[in-house]
Amino acid sequence: MKHSHSLAAIIIGSLLIYSCGSGPKTDSASGNAQATQAADSSMVAGGKDASSQASADEKKGTGKFTDVKLTHPLDQAMVTSGKAVYDLKCGACHKLTGEKLVGPGWKGVTDRRSPEWIMNFVTNTDEMLDKNAAAQSMLEVCMVRMPNQHLSDDDARHVLEFMRSNDNKN
Amino acid sequence: MKNIRLLLAAAAAVAVSMPSCKMKSTAAAVEGGAASKVYVAPGKYDEFYNFVSGGFNGQVSVYGLPSGRLLKIIPVFSVFPENGYGYSEETKAMLNTTQGQVPWDDQHHLELSQTNGEQDGRWLFANANNTPRVARIDLKTFKTAEILQLPNSAGNHSSPFITENTEYVVAGTRFSVPLGAEDVPISSFKKNFKSTASFIKVDSSTGHMSLAFQIVLPGMNLDLSHAGKGPSHDWFFFSSYNTEQAYTLLEVNASQKDKDYIVAVNWKKAEEYAKAGKGKKVPAEYAHNTFDEQKQLATSVMEKETLLLDPKDCPDMVYMIPCPKSPHGCDIDPTGEYIVGSGKLAALIPVFSFSKIMDAMQKKDFEGDFQGIPILKYQDVLHGEVQKPGLGPLHTEFDGRGNAYTSMFLSSEVVKWSLKDLKVLDRVPTYYSVGHLMIPGGDTKKPNGKYLVAYNKITKDRYLPTGPELAQSAQLYDISGDKMQLILDYPTVGEPHYGQACPAELIRDKQVKFYDITKNGNQYVTMGEKNVKVVRNGNRVDVYMTAIRSHLVPDNIEGVYVGDNVYFHVTNLEQDWDIPHGFAIKNNPNAELLIMPGETVTLKYTPLKQGIQPFYCTDFCSALHQEMSGYLRVSPKGSNVPLRYGTGETAPAPTAADTVAAK
Ligand SMILES: [Cu+2]
Repeated sequence: MKHSHSLAAIIIGSLLIYSCGSGPKTDSASGNAQATQAADSSMVAGGKDASSQASADEKKGTGKFTDVKLTHPLDQAMVTSGKAVYDLKCGACHKLTGEKLVGPGWKGVTDRRSPEWIMNFVTNTDEMLDKNAAAQSMLEVCMVRMPNQHLSDDDARHVLEFMRSNDNKN
Repeated sequence: MKNIRLLLAAAAAVAVSMPSCKMKSTAAAVEGGAASKVYVAPGKYDEFYNFVSGGFNGQVSVYGLPSGRLLKIIPVFSVFPENGYGYSEETKAMLNTTQGQVPWDDQHHLELSQTNGEQDGRWLFANANNTPRVARIDLKTFKTAEILQLPNSAGNHSSPFITENTEYVVAGTRFSVPLGAEDVPISSFKKNFKSTASFIKVDSSTGHMSLAFQIVLPGMNLDLSHAGKGPSHDWFFFSSYNTEQAYTLLEVNASQKDKDYIVAVNWKKAEEYAKAGKGKKVPAEYAHNTFDEQKQLATSVMEKETLLLDPKDCPDMVYMIPCPKSPHGCDIDPTGEYIVGSGKLAALIPVFSFSKIMDAMQKKDFEGDFQGIPILKYQDVLHGEVQKPGLGPLHTEFDGRGNAYTSMFLSSEVVKWSLKDLKVLDRVPTYYSVGHLMIPGGDTKKPNGKYLVAYNKITKDRYLPTGPELAQSAQLYDISGDKMQLILDYPTVGEPHYGQACPAELIRDKQVKFYDITKNGNQYVTMGEKNVKVVRNGNRVDVYMTAIRSHLVPDNIEGVYVGDNVYFHVTNLEQDWDIPHGFAIKNNPNAELLIMPGETVTLKYTPLKQGIQPFYCTDFCSALHQEMSGYLRVSPKGSNVPLRYGTGETAPAPTAADTVAAK
């Protein structure tokens, strides 16, 4: 177990270094620091230090979404549109159950992550994978960087609504 | 330091011992911080895109300058297994001709599109020398967008040069041939063989090419050409050789006359004559292939007709300018006033004056005619001659500061001279036997006079030896000062003939990074994994497959039989820059595919033998790239294995029959 863990850390480390060149916004000098950080799986979103500013960022993630207003009941038009986006761009890697395929299953994702985090992650994937501890620890599990599928802001919002519907939110 | 000196001295000694190279030492040539001038630090971009013809490999390669780094190979006239160009069902038609698919050519010259005599970064035109064709490459995607075949033409050498606003691309024939397809004796050359200058109209918004007209000229060899600019805007100039009209042992028989001609064509007049119905429409078959970006599909149309303009019926359209001796390059300076004709067997460079040419034409002061085409008097139209420039002048480009640079094939050097007084200002050696040379924008109104690249035919001793065949080379010179300075040489792909270069920013920011999958108009697109399917129709099997990091759907396919025509239509679901997926299947006597993000490409596969044929992604795409694979089961013809497919839980489950078979 110990052995496979350190092997994983090496793979993650090389993954991150490999990835740094691809994102134009990425600061390539930070590769090693991130690798160390990523291997520390205690740094997940919603962890113990929820009070600090760092953790607040951690919870919402980095990106343009800082305050996503949810509507109740669910907007069914958004759900439908979000499902269409899911079928074309997301379904290849994410199941609607909790089961991991290439990426994690979506069941319960709206409980695990804030709306802001989800929308930042799907629209600002590279930066999130490079900076956000929760995203990094998922990368350690999945071993494949989530492709940036270039969802528009509306697409992202609709996908969020579809996730909420999948989680039986109202 | 001492070692380096020794090395350089040794290289210089070798250089001096080359038979035709009477030149300075290489040591002198590379002094002065050359390395720092071409060093592009990791993560930094080059300043220029340099497009270089691939010669006998039929492709175009793209280098960065000043680093000399190879950035891309664009397949144009040759099939390219690397990405399936010419093999995939979508691109096969690009290489269609009236003789079927011609999957190779000899690519010599390139021309970047221009607006008002300046580069506009939209398209790159390329010629095919062997089976005459002209291609247009889209610089948003670096893909070949269109290929037009040319009738009544052979050895499409003086091509694809363009007018100031890309109104026309020309294609002058190197080999004269009979018009049409008559069966005539070769010895009837003088009677039956003609050379043609084809004028291809370019649609100013779409770039679409169409053959507007062809000017029929006496049988001779058109070599190179360039359009006028500024005052000479209406004119096109073609160099010629073999005005002796020889058809055998040309190395002797085409070098008899002291002077051949530069053919001056008023293309504006030609356009008017064509519109006025002065031409003759004749049947001519030629292929016109276009790649539709929306449908992601190349289609071929066989054209049926061409319009021939005979100078006899079109007065003042064509004139001959005598030029010593077997002229090769025909280059127009940025002001449009000077026409430099390089006689490759001449010991001087004649420079003609456009205004004098206009005067002579007006005065109708001719020295005779060449098969009905008036010949101007050499002395009347000459601006002057550059005396003793070197041996074997071939091509000239300009720096925009009143200087011209001519390549010297025999004496292996580049010679800089002044357009004003025709005095030689500087000379630098090339290694070895330079053909074309290129200054970014050096054939436009606004050259960027910072660098010059020499494209060399021979590289003996410049690089580590690689058996009998060595790479050709390009050599980069800094020409920003009074003296030219060699700062880099780098090997090239294929034989580089001509090149073009433009500032990177003209092209860099317009690049397509991925195709929007919601706009994918390919008839075989699969919009998401939910829509994958395998459809049998007779012995045709269509596999609608998707690819995304890091699996293919379906990855298990059964119920395909020996002799079926299987079409894999692979849609790349990624929507991210630089994430193509590949597709290859064992034993396919074809190629692979490289599918860009958001694109659908089709590979045909006809299994010849039964067996399990693995398929996989060929482009390393993620940590789990090796896992991106699947199996196709090919069963004997006539067996009754049902068509089944899937991935994961939808993969074909074992049946009772399978279990029995396994035992
Ligand atoms: Cu792949």
